[in-house]
Amino acid sequence: MKLEMSEEQVMIRNMIREFAEKEIAPLAAELDEKEIYPAETLKKLAALGILGTIIPTEYGGAGLDNVTYAMVIEEISRKCASTGVVTSVHNSLTAWPLIKYGTEEQKKKYLPILASGEKIGAFGGTEANAGTDLGAMATTAVLKDDKYIINGSKMFITSGPRAGIIIVFAVTDKEAGARGISAFIVEDTFKGNSAGPPIEKMGIRGSLTSELIFEDMEVPKENLLGKEGAGFKIALSTLDGGRIGIASQAVGIAQAALDESVEYAMQRQQFGKPIAKFQAIQWMIAEMATKVEAARYLVYHASYKKDLGGRFSKEAAMAKLFASETAGEVTSMAVQVHGGYGYTREYTVERLFRDAKITELYEGTSEVMKMVIAGSLLR
Amino acid sequence: MNIIVCAKQVVDVSEVKVDPSTNKPVLTGIPKKISDIDKNAVEEAIKIKEKIGSGKITTITVGPPDAKEKIKELLAMGVDEGILIPAPEEFDYHVVSSLLAGAIEKIGEYDLILCGEASIDMFSGQMGPRIAGILNIPQITYALKTDASDDRIVAERNLGDKMVTTESTYPALVTVTKEINEPRLPSLMQILGAARKPIHDWTAEDVGKAGLSAMTRTLDVKGVPMERKNINFEEDLDEAVPKMVEMLAKDGVLN
Repeated sequence: MKLEMSEEQVMIRNMIREFAEKEIAPLAAELDEKEIYPAETLKKLAALGILGTIIPTEYGGAGLDNVTYAMVIEEISRKCASTGVVTSVHNSLTAWPLIKYGTEEQKKKYLPILASGEKIGAFGGTEANAGTDLGAMATTAVLKDDKYIINGSKMFITSGPRAGIIIVFAVTDKEAGARGISAFIVEDTFKGNSAGPPIEKMGIRGSLTSELIFEDMEVPKENLLGKEGAGFKIALSTLDGGRIGIASQAVGIAQAALDESVEYAMQRQQFGKPIAKFQAIQWMIAEMATKVEAARYLVYHASYKKDLGGRFSKEAAMAKLFASETAGEVTSMAVQVHGGYGYTREYTVERLFRDAKITELYEGTSEVMKMVIAGSLLR
Repeated sequence: MNIIVCAKQVVDVSEVKVDPSTNKPVLTGIPKKISDIDKNAVEEAIKIKEKIGSGKITTITVGPPDAKEKIKELLAMGVDEGILIPAPEEFDYHVVSSLLAGAIEKIGEYDLILCGEASIDMFSGQMGPRIAGILNIPQITYALKTDASDDRIVAERNLGDKMVTTESTYPALVTVTKEINEPRLPSLMQILGAARKPIHDWTAEDVGKAGLSAMTRTLDVKGVPMERKNINFEEDLDEAVPKMVEMLAKDGVLN
């Protein structure tokens, strides 16, 4: 078994690391403070091919594997978790279901504009009363002539106010339960589609999150993604992959917390020496580093399993569960290493601590991850 | 327009630490990279090629086999092909500049040679002028701006206290400064495409420079000890600031 990056992966990681250091890091605090969407950064990421990382080359993407994709999301999130999640949702939750379930016409129409960043992607699954219980969604789609008429609303949509292409799930057959849900490719310009104002959040405040409201929204019949009734399956398989993106984001946040803590521990003097000389701090740093490393390899493993083409739900759930909880623990320890300063806006770890929490919640809570893992073992 | 860029692999000097017991730099385990200013030279070559609309960019590196990884980064940026020549066991500026000049002569058809003004590790600034001397072609050093056309290049040279604009027909060698541009980052597609571009292994024999030996010897490399003065101004700000300014002026820091 080889755990070595290819030459290309090293070059890609170095490229995105340098980009993140120069272009993403200087903006991160302001994006968070003022809830600014990283629109300019997304344009630059598009020019580097990052918005099409997993999109096949014939549709204008780089056609890269999931392990490399995980590295890219980690490096972006290490400097800005908001930019990280927007990039992850765009690739994992919008481009991927199009690649997997789209018709040739749908792929030709939508993948190039996602790869070029002309439009940013979003995923409309969650509703106010249907989060973990996705099957309880109330949004409906009714076929009328050559159009589906969609009514309802979606909640907590990442990039909601800025997205141009949204994968929307709606009930096409009420009687059929989960098998009555269908997926649609929705454009922001479709009549009857509107976004609510950004929701004020604890963390990832640069990734604008909003409600999407559909009032007699007209969706052309040819924008049905997959077959009618296949929506629930599409949502679950898409979220399996999305979890790799979020787990990578969590590793990036945790790595950033470790980076900040190491630097601070070496400079901060107490009792006449750097606090790094105290065993209490050394043990925290050692524990943080070990957890980050373990989380990273779980993410690589899940990504590798996805690349192999077989089932990877359990591995993705394990990676997300462990990486997100690691992000929570490690950012909390980072604040501890920083002492009172870590509780102030002046230090990056305060933002990292707030950003980390969401990774335990979205694209499946930690509890759902445990359900998925247990479900795959106790059959 | 055929452009040749000389690019050196160096240790990342920002990572180098000096062993306090021996006062010598610790060079093992330090990540390597292409010397920053050589990357500026590569960026300038790509810009010139883009402006002229056609041509070929070749980089030449004298260094160990692991330099290939770093040459690939230049191919990803937009260089068309790379050449790697192993350095002999004992080498100096004379040996390396002779090998580079030999390789350039072997390439034969070239219009412009670009080099960084100096490498970030040794910073001697000798390589460009030595190569131009060996090849007996015009050179323009310390360019912070260039304007290349089909038959000539105009460069603004930064000579510290003054700027000098110099023009040359081809072939010419130009050394560039760090301020000339911001080297681009390659896109994912360019990185993937770099694998298809060639890196040629040439030897000293191939470039007609077999049996070269160093003419200078490095006797020792030492860290420069920098003693901190550790002066604390305990007075009120109104008194402390003028006192500090006076002291800094006395030390020549403010002039």
